[in-house]
Amino acid sequence: MNALQTKYAKEVKAILAKYPDDQKRSAVMPLLYVAQREAGYVSRQHLADIAEIIEVTPTEVASIVGFYTLYHDQPEGKYRIQVCNDLPCAMRGADAFLQGVCENLGIEVGGTTDDGLVTVEAVMCLAACDKAPMFQVQDYENITYYEEQTVDSTLKLVDKWRKAGAKKK
Amino acid sequence: MSTVKGSHILLRHRDNPALSTFEGYIKDGGFKTWKQVVTRMTPEAVVNEVFDSGLRGRGGAGFPTGLKWRFIDKNNWPHYVVVNADESEPGTFKDREIMESNPWQFLEGVMLTAYAVNANVAYIYLRGEFWMLAAELDKQIARLRKEKLLGMKLFGTDYELELHTHLGAGAYICGEETALLESLEGKLGQPRLRPPFPPSFGLYGKPTIVNNVETLANVPLIIEKGAKWYRKFGTEKSPGTKIFSLSGRVAKPGNYELPLGTTYGDLIMTHGGGIPEGRKIKAIMSAGASSTLIVADDKALATPMDYESVPALGAQLGSASIIVIDETVDLKWLVDKTVHFFNHESCGKCTPCREGTYWMNNITQRILHGEAEQKDVDLLKDVAMNMKGKCLCALGEFATEAVVSSIERFPKDFKIKAGAKTIAGELKVMHD
Ligand SMILES: Cc1cc2nc3c(=O)[nH]c(=O)nc-3n(C[C@H](O)[C@H](O)[C@H](O)COP(=O)(O)O)c2cc1C
Ligand code: SF4
Ligand code: FES
Repeated sequence: MNALQTKYAKEVKAILAKYPDDQKRSAVMPLLYVAQREAGYVSRQHLADIAEIIEVTPTEVASIVGFYTLYHDQPEGKYRIQVCNDLPCAMRGADAFLQGVCENLGIEVGGTTDDGLVTVEAVMCLAACDKAPMFQVQDYENITYYEEQTVDSTLKLVDKWRKAGAKKK
Repeated sequence: MSTVKGSHILLRHRDNPALSTFEGYIKDGGFKTWKQVVTRMTPEAVVNEVFDSGLRGRGGAGFPTGLKWRFIDKNNWPHYVVVNADESEPGTFKDREIMESNPWQFLEGVMLTAYAVNANVAYIYLRGEFWMLAAELDKQIARLRKEKLLGMKLFGTDYELELHTHLGAGAYICGEETALLESLEGKLGQPRLRPPFPPSFGLYGKPTIVNNVETLANVPLIIEKGAKWYRKFGTEKSPGTKIFSLSGRVAKPGNYELPLGTTYGDLIMTHGGGIPEGRKIKAIMSAGASSTLIVADDKALATPMDYESVPALGAQLGSASIIVIDETVDLKWLVDKTVHFFNHESCGKCTPCREGTYWMNNITQRILHGEAEQKDVDLLKDVAMNMKGKCLCALGEFATEAVVSSIERFPKDFKIKAGAKTIAGELKVMHD
């Protein structure tokens, strides 16, 4: 039993139970989400742990991390604001919204605020095209949708996170 | 009996919000069909009813659903059902509303489908962004187990069924059914060579039925009320209703469930409230970013949205995600957006698509930044034409549709003035 398996024993077992016994490899995606809960990215140790659980090589697990956009191999901001600026949203002001958010946070698209709290990224359609401007927030635990947003409402959200973070310290 | 108002077969929660709760769904007669089917109907009878209804796949290709089910290989076991809930086509947001607001009808549809094709396990593959939605579905599935509507020896018969959700992680290509199966197997989400098709060689190499969320949400009412009832909606060759996701430059974007055969004009001008601020409509994309651009003239607006009529406009019904483009949108800008999308989402497995989308994006960027000459437009079209028919899966083809149709049908937009930067029309935020 490796570290990941020990720490999340019940969950790992429940994930493996979803797939046939001889198809453990199917568990790779849900296991990567479990790993990412620790610090928002998949570490080398996680790769090794997951590889051991599903009986493949760590390189194979790494290739999965590289293929999908919601897995990360680097730590970034605790909250990733992923703004959709795909065609339908862009026709409803998403590009200007994205620029506005970035300017106010003092970062470029793809950048992270100095306090390491927020990363802002541009992403493809999120199936909420009638509610633009919109974004999702990927944090360690969850992915949450925020629809019909303004630059102001977004900055307020960031403020709320900052205050919550300050309290914890 | 399940209540149906107007043309809401799938978006019934809009008339009766209680349907989103288990109790509300049961009160409306939910899962009675499920019990009836498991205890009294043969799988073949279920397949026949769906076949007779004329239901066609709502995921894009429009393949007759009952016919697909008949193709499942009966000499190879076990069978699987895999639900395509990847919904990633730009402009498409209908499956999400079904699963969020009318989840029990969707789940009953999945269950009936599994029974029809003799599967004991069904996986619901959701795009990773539908994280919260998957968590809700997990709870709902647990409830169904508790209520003994899922599990072993259902209603005292020998039939057993389990449902599982599986989250993707951000890759449009995983909506293509064979890439989805690869992804579900824990591999890179890249399409397989076809044939063989999933009904003979699917998940884990076993016979598998892959259907879209909206397709399956139709099944409970088709079985309960019959194929003949279903055919009262829509047209002879395109029976039923369809959810049209309406987006872009329109006053009231959103999902509209209407009979197949409703015209573009009726959807955009009547239901959608027309184009804001008195501007004129210029073009229609009929199936998200994957579609050609239709010139939005009177003929187009009078065209019925069904599987037979849309091709006459040089377009496809597809997932019926209608993106409205008004006169202020510069198509050089639009094409750069679609090409950027496909370049980002190309899985890289085959060269024509990987290289073609890369070069197209390179050219559209130059055009956008005023660094292009007229001959670059010809080059852009050439690259697109060279991709056609050479790609392993339909994504490569999709990537060329907006490019070629815009250049051919809207030549004025592609007259290059030296050094002129393209502006995306106005970028004002529009709200109702
Ligand atoms: C690039 C690409 C993306 C696709 N994306 C989706 C999708 O997000 N959802 C979907 O249901 N079908 C999608 N499809 C179509 C599926 O391959 C398949 O035809 C469909 O799931 C079959 O279900 P249906 O017969 O119920 O429509 C896509 C196809 C391609 C080529
Ligand atoms: S056409 Fe594009 S998306 Fe499809 S297999 Fe080839 S590279 Fe991948
Ligand atoms: S284009 Fe932004 S959610 Fe669809």
